[in-house]
Amino acid sequence: MSFLGSAVAMPASASNPWFSWDYLHENADTILTLLRFHLVVTLQAVGLAILVAVPLAVLAYWVRPLAAPILALSGVLYTIPSLALFAFLAPYVGIGTRTLLIGLVVYALLLIIRSTLTGLQEVPADVLDAAAGMGYGRFARLWRVELPLALPGLVTGIRLATVSTVALVTVGVVIGQGGLGQLIIGGIRNNEYHAEIATGIALCVLLGLTLDGVLAILGWLATPWSRRAAK
Amino acid sequence: MAGDAVVTQGGEMNFVHQAYVWLNDPLNWTNPDALLDQLKQHLEISFGAVFLACLIGLPLALFFGHTGRGGGFVVAVSNVTRAVPTVAMLTIFYLSGLGLGVRSAIPALAVFAVPPILANAYVGMRAVDPEVRDAAVGMGMSGGQVLWRVEVPLSMAYIATGIRTAIVQVVATATLAALVGGGGLGDTIAAGFGLTIAAGGGQILAGGFLVAVLALVVNGVFGVAARYATPRPLRRPLRLTRWWRRRRNASATGTLG
Repeated sequence: MSFLGSAVAMPASASNPWFSWDYLHENADTILTLLRFHLVVTLQAVGLAILVAVPLAVLAYWVRPLAAPILALSGVLYTIPSLALFAFLAPYVGIGTRTLLIGLVVYALLLIIRSTLTGLQEVPADVLDAAAGMGYGRFARLWRVELPLALPGLVTGIRLATVSTVALVTVGVVIGQGGLGQLIIGGIRNNEYHAEIATGIALCVLLGLTLDGVLAILGWLATPWSRRAAK
Repeated sequence: MAGDAVVTQGGEMNFVHQAYVWLNDPLNWTNPDALLDQLKQHLEISFGAVFLACLIGLPLALFFGHTGRGGGFVVAVSNVTRAVPTVAMLTIFYLSGLGLGVRSAIPALAVFAVPPILANAYVGMRAVDPEVRDAAVGMGMSGGQVLWRVEVPLSMAYIATGIRTAIVQVVATATLAALVGGGGLGDTIAAGFGLTIAAGGGQILAGGFLVAVLALVVNGVFGVAARYATPRPLRRPLRLTRWWRRRRNASATGTLG
């Protein structure tokens, strides 16, 4: 309840429309700052998650017995509610961007590990034989054959992780780092200021869908061979 | 709000100890709107939302699965809901005039519980061997009989998995209802963040601990429940049972080294 406690007077307008040019115009700086923060935090979190998740997926792929524990551990972390995770981190890491980032990375991990591992495991056995026959070592085979062929799986995981990270950033409001979520909760606190709330929600959904689309195109461009095969 | 009983030990901030002390204060459990009330609200929201989602998702899944249509719709529902933040959905229902608390939190979270229930049940229905379906039709079963006596029992494992995924997810996200006055265990965490970290750190940690434990317990309990909802011959043997059978078979044939 404490989050709705402080009611600030609503801006001077009797009606409370869901969309208002005046609101957008007068608050353009705030909105753009929050949008930029939301975007940057999302990209940082997903980037860090890729750096952690892909090596873990490769490890699980190379060392079979480690696959189950790695998936189980990231699954348990994924089950912990986001608010609880921020609750664990905040007293020690503080209420800065770092707490938000760690939380976001933890949630993105499972999605990327799972789909990368699936992608790696689906590399056909005869391709691996061919690579071995051509004299590829373990690392060269991974880098030149297995990872490129697992790329569609990796892209799927990154897209899932990106969309859910954009949504998850809003939970950062509890530590004052909610990006566009600040507009949503701020709007409720601000006497249910509809224009502010709707702007926050709309930009958030649009950001998620836009990033998803951009990643889909990048994935399409990065795998020309799968396009050729499709024809 | 309960939670003023925070002990700070001469400036030294041992949050785990604070959390322990906070959890050991009976008033933090029994006061009005304290932990016990919050737990009740939390479960009310979670089970209400999943029940509502079952009412919507299961009939759709059975219809789409039985007729073999609507696969694109199922995928679209999952993709679109993923892009909407839970906080945004809670806010929309909060402002929709349904009222404060449980009444707006239940439908808001049900929106996110529908996709796992719908998608899993649909996949389960489509995974039924077409030859089994043909055999049932050949035995003279009507469409309804094929659905209830063949398709639903055979896809029970998937249906149960979907409901379990949904309930675990909703128990976790119901914490966020606190951000829009929806109650539940998130209130304890939110109230702790409302204080400063120095004063509320213990309470924040205690709340986070309780919510995490609840989510993991629900996950475990529903894992077992999903197993028992599956018809016995379809259950995958437990790891221990598999190990035992392998051992027994191996020793019977004398291949165990």
